Amino acid sequence: MPTVIGIHNFLIVSGILFTLGVFGIFLNRRNVIIILMSIELILLSVSINLVAFSVHLHDLTGQVFSMFILTVAAAEAAIGLAILVVFFRNKSSIAVEDISALKG
Amino acid sequence: MIEAFFFYAFSAVLLASGVMVISAKNPVHSVLFLILAFFNAAGLFVMLGAEFIAMIMVIVYVGAVAVLFLFVVMMLDINFAQMREGMLKHAPVGGLVGLVLIVEFAWMYLNWHSAKDADLHAFAPIPDTVSNTHALGYLLYTEYVYLFQISGLILLVSMIGAITLTLRTRAGVRRQNIASQIARDPKAVLKIEKIQSGTGVS
Repeated sequence: MPTVIGIHNFLIVSGILFTLGVFGIFLNRRNVIIILMSIELILLSVSINLVAFSVHLHDLTGQVFSMFILTVAAAEAAIGLAILVVFFRNKSSIAVEDISALKG
Repeated sequence: MIEAFFFYAFSAVLLASGVMVISAKNPVHSVLFLILAFFNAAGLFVMLGAEFIAMIMVIVYVGAVAVLFLFVVMMLDINFAQMREGMLKHAPVGGLVGLVLIVEFAWMYLNWHSAKDADLHAFAPIPDTVSNTHALGYLLYTEYVYLFQISGLILLVSMIGAITLTLRTRAGVRRQNIASQIARDPKAVLKIEKIQSGTGVS
């Protein structure tokens, strides 16, 4: 660890951020956009966790995987928002409870 | 001392903006706080010595993902105040889940300790002689070149998916069709007539 700040501090920050993301999903159960943003928060916290461990263990692999997480997060956001736009065009709403076309 | 100050500053702003992301009334504000959170996470990465990830974080998340969110939020015409109804109804369940998660994390962090010689078994030890970006490049284009290619493929597939999902051909839109323009035969559509002086063209 090059810093005087230990790994525990980074882990605690990332743990709180992860919990905030999960809580955000429950809090904004109706708004898909906020749910997607909460997922971004969760992925950010996982990235912080990976990089902190990478520096702690003196191993670059964690940073490489954090880049892959970034890739997947970008792809997920693009696809999710595209689906959202198409859904809004058809139903004029993005509320979660209106997304029930597959319920039969 | 200065490191501790910056760590606590970055983390405090990061967590505060995380709270604002999930609780802001206006989704545009949520996106802006998300951008603030990404900037502060990049600061934390710089403190950890992962400069490349920090810069990529700013470029990809702030430059691409957050702007995409901003576009979508501003493009959709939604009554967001109505969507917030019943928000507090789900808060107890979410709070319970969050509490369980926090307790689990705390329990894990309190009982966690690194193995004694864990850093001796590093797969790719961080070199001291070259910069972080240099070392990451060496690793990414040798050991992880297949994963790198696959991640490029993921981005390609998601790009095609997003385009095919949102592309629509609207009826009644007149587009230029260059092929049919070029295929027009002048003989079929043009006619030269001799007009005698004094008479008009019927």
